[in-house]
Amino acid sequence: MSSATIVRVSDVKKQFDLGKIVVEVLKGIDLEVEKGKYISIMGPSGSGKSTLFNMIGGLDKPTSGKVFIDEVDIAQLDAYELAWLRCRKIGYIFQTFNLIPVMTALENVTLPMTFAGLSNDDATERGMELLKQVGLDGRHAHKPSELSGGQQQRVAVARALANSPAIILADEPTGNLDLKTGEDIIDLLKTLSNEHQVTVISATHDYKMLNVSDQVIWIRDGVIDKIQERDELEIRTGGLENSHS
Amino acid sequence: MKRLIALPLKKSAAIAFQSIRVRFFRSLVTTMSLVLAVAFLCYIQVSNDFAQSLLASGNIEARQILVKAGYDIEFGEQTIATSAKQRWIVILSLLVCIVGIINAQLMSVTERFREIGTMKCLGALDRFIVRLFILEALMQGLAGSVAGAVLGALAAAIASVSTFGLAALATTPWLSIVSSMLGAVAVGTSLSLLGVIYPALLAARMQPVEAMRVEQ
Repeated sequence: MSSATIVRVSDVKKQFDLGKIVVEVLKGIDLEVEKGKYISIMGPSGSGKSTLFNMIGGLDKPTSGKVFIDEVDIAQLDAYELAWLRCRKIGYIFQTFNLIPVMTALENVTLPMTFAGLSNDDATERGMELLKQVGLDGRHAHKPSELSGGQQQRVAVARALANSPAIILADEPTGNLDLKTGEDIIDLLKTLSNEHQVTVISATHDYKMLNVSDQVIWIRDGVIDKIQERDELEIRTGGLENSHS
Repeated sequence: MKRLIALPLKKSAAIAFQSIRVRFFRSLVTTMSLVLAVAFLCYIQVSNDFAQSLLASGNIEARQILVKAGYDIEFGEQTIATSAKQRWIVILSLLVCIVGIINAQLMSVTERFREIGTMKCLGALDRFIVRLFILEALMQGLAGSVAGAVLGALAAAIASVSTFGLAALATTPWLSIVSSMLGAVAVGTSLSLLGVIYPALLAARMQPVEAMRVEQ
């Protein structure tokens, strides 16, 4: 099963109708993502990577074309099945962390498990375990406002893993973090994705991500510019790493 | 595989309660207009209860006090109903109140766009969101209405004693006061629920991607 396709994007186009003009953000994207890989979608702001990311996550529907997750066309799903998909199959990580501000770290992590029908005790036990894995032992009763950016993102990583999803979608997970904290989060994501056997797809323009990616997809002006495997990558982050140590 | 998405009622109630507690001041402001409207409604009705019981005591002096206090009592009449003017003012105050509640709830939905969107990304169904808002409104409505009813009844008792003298207390109509208060609580709670329906539907129908796009 190692080469099974988990995400397939076929000729996806997306237009935004702004009234007077129609902006074509995605101009036909074909993509296949293998199970268990760590994928980075790279591209400058406005290249359409966030839009593509939203399509893969089932957060937005393409104007034309199809997105398959586990060979299921997500355009065919009704609201209930889509919610189920978001709950059980996909874990989301956002640039702005997006923790629920009124809930503690533990409650944030256990919320998706509650949706998935886990009992309170089981959810709490698994939540504590996940918080431990992301290095937040003993911080479970803290509200997001009492945690630093890096810690909030760790809670978000734990939350994304809550229901053992097949895919983790990370939209610029390091965008709001400083260099060192961002690196820690990337390492954490890489380690946990190996441990939990989960595919990670991350939209980013952070070159630090290249180090851990199995595959990098470069997007430019709504089309795929090139796809590079790990061994083809020119790792040029050495300079960055030296500059802050 | 069983495709189950669930949010037990107990858990939703806990989340709703927590939301109110954390945003206590804001909830208080939302609830305040309800408290005042219900207090006014209750005040009018309990005042009438007092006047009614005074009239029913059959005391000729009591009847004179009532007429003096401005009640139009025809000769031989044994009941005092709320006047048309009173009813209008009460209805108006309730209308103002419900508009206030809708306004406050819409604000609260806008404020929580991102939170709602995140919940939907985590797999929340539309009806979970609606249920959360309705539970919050129910709690706020009950608390606000009870506070308003007690406030209104107290004010009515004080006002009755000051206009009718201690004679009013001698014939305190406990039963009708309690039923007036219960009625006011029911009206207040329904108003709170009525006011949240549109904002809650608005929140639930939102696409998660829109919620994520909101700058904060």
